[in-house]
Amino acid sequence: MKIQRHGAVLGLVAASSLLLGACGSDNNTGAGGSTSSATAASVPVDCGGKAKLNAEGSSAQKNAVDAFIQAYKAKCSNGDLAYNPTGSGAGVKQFNAGQVDFGGSDSALKAPAEVEAAAKRCQSNPAWHLPLVFGPVAIGYKLSGVDGLVLNGEVAAKIFNGGIKKWNDPAIKALNSSANLPDKDIAVVYRSDESGTTDNFQKYLKTASKGAWTQGDGKQFKGGVGEGKEKSAGVAQAASTVDGAVTYVELSFAQDNKLSIAKIDTGSGPVELTNETVGKSIDGAKIKGQGNDLVLDLDSIYGTTTAGAYPLLLATYEIVCSKGYDADTAKAVKAFLTVAATDGQAQLADAGYAPLPKAFQDKLLTAIKAIA
Amino acid sequence: MTDPVVAKRPAGSGNPGAARGVRAAQHPSEAPIPPTPEAVEKTPHVRPGDRIFRGLATGSGVFIVVLIGAIGLFLLLQAIPSLGLDQVNFLLSHEWNTTDPNNLRFGILDLLQVTVFSSAFALLIAMPISLGIALFLTQYAPRRLARPFAYIVDLLAAVPSIVYGLWGIFVLAPLLVPFQSWLNSALGFIPIFGTGNVKIEFGGTIFTAGIVLAVMILPIITAVSREVFERTPTMHVEGAIALGATKWEVIRTTVLPFGKAGYVSASMLGLGRALGETIALTIILNYTNTAFGWSLFDGGSTFASRIALAAAEFNDPRSAGAYIAAGLVLFVLTFVVNAAARSIVAGHKEYE
Repeated sequence: MKIQRHGAVLGLVAASSLLLGACGSDNNTGAGGSTSSATAASVPVDCGGKAKLNAEGSSAQKNAVDAFIQAYKAKCSNGDLAYNPTGSGAGVKQFNAGQVDFGGSDSALKAPAEVEAAAKRCQSNPAWHLPLVFGPVAIGYKLSGVDGLVLNGEVAAKIFNGGIKKWNDPAIKALNSSANLPDKDIAVVYRSDESGTTDNFQKYLKTASKGAWTQGDGKQFKGGVGEGKEKSAGVAQAASTVDGAVTYVELSFAQDNKLSIAKIDTGSGPVELTNETVGKSIDGAKIKGQGNDLVLDLDSIYGTTTAGAYPLLLATYEIVCSKGYDADTAKAVKAFLTVAATDGQAQLADAGYAPLPKAFQDKLLTAIKAIA
Repeated sequence: MTDPVVAKRPAGSGNPGAARGVRAAQHPSEAPIPPTPEAVEKTPHVRPGDRIFRGLATGSGVFIVVLIGAIGLFLLLQAIPSLGLDQVNFLLSHEWNTTDPNNLRFGILDLLQVTVFSSAFALLIAMPISLGIALFLTQYAPRRLARPFAYIVDLLAAVPSIVYGLWGIFVLAPLLVPFQSWLNSALGFIPIFGTGNVKIEFGGTIFTAGIVLAVMILPIITAVSREVFERTPTMHVEGAIALGATKWEVIRTTVLPFGKAGYVSASMLGLGRALGETIALTIILNYTNTAFGWSLFDGGSTFASRIALAAAEFNDPRSAGAYIAAGLVLFVLTFVVNAAARSIVAGHKEYE
């Protein structure tokens, strides 16, 4: 027994020293794999701590977190994280109850109840919002013979609340003078399930439509026209079957279903949805929170008029404790988030998300470093 | 009257001779003296096996009643607070908006109508087809063929409903779109074929959903009806044949009257399944905010599919309570349907 135990201890020491060695060498050579994104960076990752982290929340960032987990495992071979995509509300609830190490949410904690509960969970320290995952939302449409349709906030709002019913409406024509718009009914498709995408899209319309969108926001679509389908896959598939259909959906689903993607004119020319245009609007985002609490002022994204900045994004936060973790958990949470903000960004574009621009990444890394 | 009966028994069973029998008849209490005390003692003595089995059976019965009662009670308790907060009439409103827990507006009228309408449509399609299959399997098909054929029909019941849903929207719906458009344009003057509140081109209509539901409940109705038809007393059938009845007349005069109650209750069982079907309808039916208009080309959602759509984002007990209230109505609806089925079966007991 004694010998066995000694053996186990020895093995553990050997393994951990090997691991540390592996991490160290990685740090020295720098992250070569992530050069494809604009966010390549060689940030030292301090692996170790709790072996299996738990997180729960927004399903919108599930694929991104999956990519982060892969990167985390590659970087820290003894690290792992389980993410349960039960929805933002559940994520916040579980985080505040101390059931998970961090929560994923597509909206900031509501003051005062949720903020106070989170502070209590973090041993009387404030919880921080780290906007780590940005998903561009596409206005996808299917209209034979019309490519590169241009819309602006006001026209989009009128399409989605029934103010504009035909594709050859003068308001659409005014933005697409060269396009041959057919005299066809617009078939709006929306999310029938409650979804953060719907919430963000309606918030965008509210901010950017110059008053044309009066329906408010929320997770249920309130436009009052069109037909609902379940989940992103459902709306994208439905829109792709009918000529004249239009919907709002995460970029990857629009691409998979071969929907055309509308450009958005924010006042300084039409902006196509690309990693660069999304990165530009993330860079321009104002932070509402104090210090390292990076709560975004979404209006500054939705209402952007910067040339070449795509305004329609879904931002999701990781909600973490600024302090109050035990040492093991803090170490692992920091390691995971650091990997997520650096190496993890490389695969995001493939998963339909926008990689973080450099300046914003630095802000996040500063905050992650400050977690204790 | 009871005396001779009692007297006859030992005589019949013993059968040792007339003399003994007579004696036994004269002294009913004397004759079986050796067995009687034992028998008297044994009658109240219940063997452990009996006792255990009786206990298990009673326990199961009580358990299920308590369980159902508990479900009903749970639904009721969870629903009541939200029902109190409802800003519109719960039973008569078309509105359904639970985003703001401080301003809950939910009514089940549309859900109820869509649920009942789509299930009834499915039943209308499935009942005659099931009847045909069941009669074919029990009356017409050669025995060697009937068995494997029955297994294949039963297999339909084992297909997961999400597969039916995906098949419905990806394969069936596009095929049905031209047919539905034609029905709508040719027979649109009849209300149920009138233009609905969703676009037929998407395929997500009650028409499509009803056909998928019909396929889903087909095996249930078929399996139960088959069992019942198979139990038609041979004497009835042979009697009918002896009177010169043709195959069809045999079925009409013996099999159908005998199996009617079973067939109806099988259909009700299928209807119960259709009412509660969730995933397939969630995938197929197009959601809409426009009120239901009794057209097959309407969209909408049923109780179960509406709950499924919102379940992922429940984060306020007040909003969740609205869906639980809807679930409660479905619970009651299913109960009423089942009770109706039972009473129909009970009313036809004379055939059994």
